[in-house]
Amino acid sequence: MTTATTATAGAHEAHEHTHYTTTGLDNKKIAIWAFIGSECMLFGSLISTYLVYKGRSVVGPFPHEAWTSPTGQVFKPILDIPVTSASTFVLLMSSLFMVLALAAVENKGKPGYEGRLGSSKFWLLATALAGATFLGFQAYEFTSFVHEGLTIKTNLFGSSFFTLTGFHGTHVAVGVLWLMTLLFIDMKRGLGPTDAIIVDICALYWHFVDVVWIVIFTLVYLIQ
Amino acid sequence: MSIDRAHADHAHEHPTWKQYKWVALWLFLITVVEVWAYYIPAFVASKAFVPVLLLMSAVKFTMVVMFYMHLKYDHQLFRKLFVGPLIIAGATLVAFLFLFKG
Amino acid sequence: MASSAATPTHAHAASYSSEQSGLWSWLTTVDHKRIGILYLYTALFYLLVGGLEATLIRTQLAKPNLSIVSADFYNQLFTMHGTTMVFLVVMPLSAAFFNYLIPLQIGARDVAFPRLNAFSYWVYALGGLFITLPIFWGLAPDGGWFGYAPLSGPTYGGGYNMDFWVIGLQILGISSLAAAFNFITTIINMRAPGMTLMRMPMFTWMSFVVQFLVILAFPVITAALFFLQFDRFFGTQFYEVAAGGDPLLWQHLFWVFGHPEVYILILPAFGLVSEVLPTHSRKPLFGYNVMVYSGIMIGFLGFGVWAHHMFAVGMGPVADSMFSVATMLIGLPTGVKIFNWIATMYGGSLRFPTSMKFAIGLIAMFTIGGISGVMHSSPPSALQQTDTYFIVAHFHYVLYGGAMMGIFAGIYHYFPKMTGRFMSERLGSWQFWLNFVGLNLTFFPMHFSGMLGMPRRIYTYDAGQGWDLFNMMSTVGTYMLLVAGLIFAYNFFSSKKNGAPAGSDSWGAPTLEWSIPSPPPEYNFAQIPEVTSRYPMWDLKAPDRMAGIEHSHPDAGVIAEAHAVPMHEETERRTASELGISMPFNTIKPFLVALGIIIMLSGLIVLHVGNFPLAMGVMLGGGAFMVGSLYAWLTSPLE
Repeated sequence: MTTATTATAGAHEAHEHTHYTTTGLDNKKIAIWAFIGSECMLFGSLISTYLVYKGRSVVGPFPHEAWTSPTGQVFKPILDIPVTSASTFVLLMSSLFMVLALAAVENKGKPGYEGRLGSSKFWLLATALAGATFLGFQAYEFTSFVHEGLTIKTNLFGSSFFTLTGFHGTHVAVGVLWLMTLLFIDMKRGLGPTDAIIVDICALYWHFVDVVWIVIFTLVYLIQ
Repeated sequence: MSIDRAHADHAHEHPTWKQYKWVALWLFLITVVEVWAYYIPAFVASKAFVPVLLLMSAVKFTMVVMFYMHLKYDHQLFRKLFVGPLIIAGATLVAFLFLFKG
Repeated sequence: MASSAATPTHAHAASYSSEQSGLWSWLTTVDHKRIGILYLYTALFYLLVGGLEATLIRTQLAKPNLSIVSADFYNQLFTMHGTTMVFLVVMPLSAAFFNYLIPLQIGARDVAFPRLNAFSYWVYALGGLFITLPIFWGLAPDGGWFGYAPLSGPTYGGGYNMDFWVIGLQILGISSLAAAFNFITTIINMRAPGMTLMRMPMFTWMSFVVQFLVILAFPVITAALFFLQFDRFFGTQFYEVAAGGDPLLWQHLFWVFGHPEVYILILPAFGLVSEVLPTHSRKPLFGYNVMVYSGIMIGFLGFGVWAHHMFAVGMGPVADSMFSVATMLIGLPTGVKIFNWIATMYGGSLRFPTSMKFAIGLIAMFTIGGISGVMHSSPPSALQQTDTYFIVAHFHYVLYGGAMMGIFAGIYHYFPKMTGRFMSERLGSWQFWLNFVGLNLTFFPMHFSGMLGMPRRIYTYDAGQGWDLFNMMSTVGTYMLLVAGLIFAYNFFSSKKNGAPAGSDSWGAPTLEWSIPSPPPEYNFAQIPEVTSRYPMWDLKAPDRMAGIEHSHPDAGVIAEAHAVPMHEETERRTASELGISMPFNTIKPFLVALGIIIMLSGLIVLHVGNFPLAMGVMLGGGAFMVGSLYAWLTSPLE
């Protein structure tokens, strides 16, 4: 343990201009975890609001039930489970790509690693593309809802649904931008083990956005 | 609340490619089961539906956090920084559901 | 930064860090001490603004049926008084101390993210202007500092007034959150060797707890404000009762934030007082561990009591009882603190400089506010007291008698460290006593007017309800407070120029910040200290007080070795480059990012005006400017 600690501390110092840290951990990583803790409360509030308002809309369309308007117009249940299942799958897989990107950066230069697992550029691109695909699904979902008569103004369900999933989508979009930035740096000068921290914090953010979707998928889409 | 220099080393203890692959497979399988369950009307109507779905979701959540976010392997500190807020967020959510039930 | 042309600073020459002066240096500074000073000046300015608002309110209420200001403007006054004092005064004054003191107290050269720190300040400064300036056009927020929806929503608050509030609060939240991530990281990761958590000075401990409250409470108000923004600007229905929206949603979300916010306001003051009392009692803080745990306990329980602000809405007996019990429970760790402070003074050899007077003032005044707080923790009493002046009396005792008294104690205590000069004790004494009498004269009668049924926030009242005398007393008291404030301002600025020189250890205090010159050099510590006990300075100067205090070094209790505590006055008068210490570069980018955020969000106001293309232009332009500046910031090296 002692040797391991010293070794990391050494690598760390080379990277951080010999700045001493109390725990030996990188400041950025502590900050991103604190940020993620904070995001738990943000999404907690958004999800709470969605659940509190579930079933309280006075007009349709509704998520899981059909609805006939006073004028006789019939709306079917609006949530599209097959499409969302597909986008959920894509987002889950993006998390796999992300860990592989991080592993590739951490192990860059180790003999035989790249050949076996693929390059960091590949996995960063794959993650960003998966994120973009998810956003594409969401754009499709939102537009088709609008066509079916559900906007953010229609009812409480519309307001809370679009706000919750929209916030999540914004987080995904920021993540995609972040990944593209990393990819750009990787192509320009190459990311190696000393840069692992900047990929690591992006990865933590990305996975967090993924777990939020895991919760949303169950609470919003599957549970009726 | 002891935060010291131990466990600072993380790069070497991360799970391997194999574990990552297994986690992804489980995530996929659980999602398949979730969606499948959604399409069984008898199950949806039963009392077990909501708890089972919540459980599956929690398992997926935990797997991503433990393996992909490395909480299982990383410094204790990160676990505290994440789990603490998570508990408060969860408790607040439950309180809200209770308060708005009436 | 760190040009070598600097002349060595003298301990009493109030230049904050070597050669730095001029507007540009302040716009671009990343030095935590200079940012702390920016916070201090800005917040004191807003204290004047908030104080004048209070004075106008009290003038309007001095006698029955006055109409000094219009009813409409009165609404803006009380809304802005609350908003200003909470978000633009007490929190930033605390932030001034976080910035200035935390790195010094833990033996660090700066915070973890110096540029993020500058960003926090500029978001606060610009956001403060955003929310304050509209009052000059009669467009200031007018829906109460708690902005209860649907009153603050488009249906009942369709003007521009609440737009400024909703957006302004969102902006200020960004500032607090960014600062909180920064300080959490700083406290966890920037402590000097040997500075274990249980050796941290109490102010740093309380600040640590506060940062967690911020990161957990602010996202909730952020969400609530987003809903309100969407209601106001994009036609959503979150708070629209006609669409089935629940008027209690805002109240719950607001108070889930609002109650921890109360502790965000008071705990830093508790921390400051916990520094002042041991110093002037010349005795270690009584029950250090218990003080730490009670602080954590207050923070934790603070998340489980929010609905006691809402007993009048009818949540049912179960919820009422639970929140009532939790509220009574939170009185315990708070009471523990009061007893520990008293026990700290007991048997000490006391001195009474102004800071000590304010500290003791806090103990007394906060106790009154705390006890009236326990009174309305009981739902039946709360039902009688809700929305009356009794509540106003309660929270002014805890916030003025508590938070502000503690902050004044902190300013008098740390002014010598910041400027190298003492504040005048004679004027300080005048300020304290005027403050003390004024605050009791203002707020104690409110208990009675409240109990006699005078509602909060009313514009005026008829004679003959038994409120006249109490209102007049409150108004006279407010003017005393105003005079006290002016004395403080005079003392502050004249002492900065002409105060008696203060050495590095101005008060014989026990913690690390007193081991370096006043004002400290830009790098704080020429040599990062090695800490062996909770009170390193007393190890050196007053080992007799250290009998019960644990040390990691067997001999350190008696002899502090040369390297253990830096008392290197001479070394620390040299510049960073002379010592080979690399300091972060000054940079304007955090300011630009902050500016971009303000411009982007101002677009919403334009949207409300109805000019859609211009609104999109402003929002997209501001957004692009923000993102561009952010990239420029992140891709330029720190040092």
